[in-house]
Amino acid sequence: MTVAIPPPYTALTRHGMMPRASHDEAARFNFLANLNKHLSGTLGPGNKLAYDKRVRPAFREQLGRDPEHRYEIREAMNRDPYHAMWSALKRNSMEMRQHNGRQIVLRQLDELDAQARQYNEGRATLELDPAVQVPPYQTAVDIHCMPGSYHGEERRGDVSAGANYDVGLFATTAGGLGGLSDGGGQALVEWAKAERPGWSPRRILDIGATVGHNAVPLALGFPEAEVVAIDTAGPVLRYGHARAQALGARNIRFVQANGEDLSRFPDGHFDWVQTTMFLHELSGQALPRLMREAWRVLAPGGLILNLEQPQYAPEMPLYEQFIRDWDAFNNNEPFWSSMHAFDLKQVMREAGFPLDIQFQTGVRAVVDEAIFPPAPAGEAEDHGRAAIWHAYGAWKPAA
Amino acid sequence: MSDDDIDWVDRAGTRAKGRRPAYFADPATDRTLSIVMAVMAEVSVLRERLDTVERLLETKGSITRADIEAYAPDRTAGEERGLATKAYIARVLRAVQQDMEALAADDPPVMHWVEELAKK
Repeated sequence: MTVAIPPPYTALTRHGMMPRASHDEAARFNFLANLNKHLSGTLGPGNKLAYDKRVRPAFREQLGRDPEHRYEIREAMNRDPYHAMWSALKRNSMEMRQHNGRQIVLRQLDELDAQARQYNEGRATLELDPAVQVPPYQTAVDIHCMPGSYHGEERRGDVSAGANYDVGLFATTAGGLGGLSDGGGQALVEWAKAERPGWSPRRILDIGATVGHNAVPLALGFPEAEVVAIDTAGPVLRYGHARAQALGARNIRFVQANGEDLSRFPDGHFDWVQTTMFLHELSGQALPRLMREAWRVLAPGGLILNLEQPQYAPEMPLYEQFIRDWDAFNNNEPFWSSMHAFDLKQVMREAGFPLDIQFQTGVRAVVDEAIFPPAPAGEAEDHGRAAIWHAYGAWKPAA
Repeated sequence: MSDDDIDWVDRAGTRAKGRRPAYFADPATDRTLSIVMAVMAEVSVLRERLDTVERLLETKGSITRADIEAYAPDRTAGEERGLATKAYIARVLRAVQQDMEALAADDPPVMHWVEELAKK
């Protein structure tokens, strides 16, 4: 096939917690998956054209210089009719994804909650702690334009937030994360096994795990390990734990806890501390606190790996910084912009990870290419949702 | 209805916290685009449903709604339907895509050619 077509929603792997989509609900996600591909692949390059042909020349004409910050580009581009139309289309696509996902989930919430109770009740592998506060960076806005964000409930104890998050990943990534939307987690397993053949981590901590789609592959890929998946949001953990049980992952515990305070775990407790597309959902003060805790709980010889989109290093062109910043301002990701402008290596260094033990590498989603398309590269990359990541990691020196 | 029942249609459509950017000078343009896109999605859904009906009828004489709900395209059918959706989106968003092409083309106003050709 010469053109990239997203797989149909019905190709997703059905698991015991998966909400049942009707024919038309699946078709709505098929439409959105195709629309997102069209917006990023076909229409996305028009933004750069508008910048080069119209916006930048007008800026120079007016101010006698080029833009010196991505925010200057953003302000100028927001006045450009092409970029405004493109952004409006994309914002609507995000909102429609939420609306469609919530319709699927909320109409069958009784069944989903009942199913989750079967998987969750009396299990020691789900530890909810109502004393854990929702941090302020999670209440400022609803992240990703998800009404209620990760911690919202339609009624006490429900799984609506997690179920909606899970079903919609297909639409926003156009199937790029594979049948269980877990191509990121699978990529981590593949990377670690290639990097350290025979390595057998005893305990793995995934911080900001949400529904565990990136943590469950770690549990299944390292069956000897004990995986602890933490998040501040109980509703996504309830769904995530039930989903993990449905997938047969027994060596994973879902714990409601804040990564800024891991005092429940002793020093050097984990051989692997993982964050996946999570650091950008923190705040300026929370990020270094969390990183210090990660250093403390990491065992000598252990691995920390943070998957993110690439940081806005000085050598990254300002236009690229601007377009990568789109989600910050248009998809309710208010820490995205500042976080990517940090020098993450220095943040990690100040938290305890010396520069000489740090490394960076690329990680690409692992998906079943018999059914799902490989992750897009280059021009077609949908910044912020692409199934391609940049990993900032370190191996802690053995004691 | 018990206290636990929720109005799922109402609740599914609730807005996300956080001020929505204004993309156009007139707020009515923003609202209208949102409505047009929702209709655009529903037309795509109707077309896909019709495709399902057609494919099922090709293999059996009569079908039920349950047949439609249970239908999952195989790989070939999935690609054909995906391609049809892709082409549909390209038709609806033609104006935006051609606006992008015009950015690259730098065509002068037609009057330029009216005057030029009169001289040639």
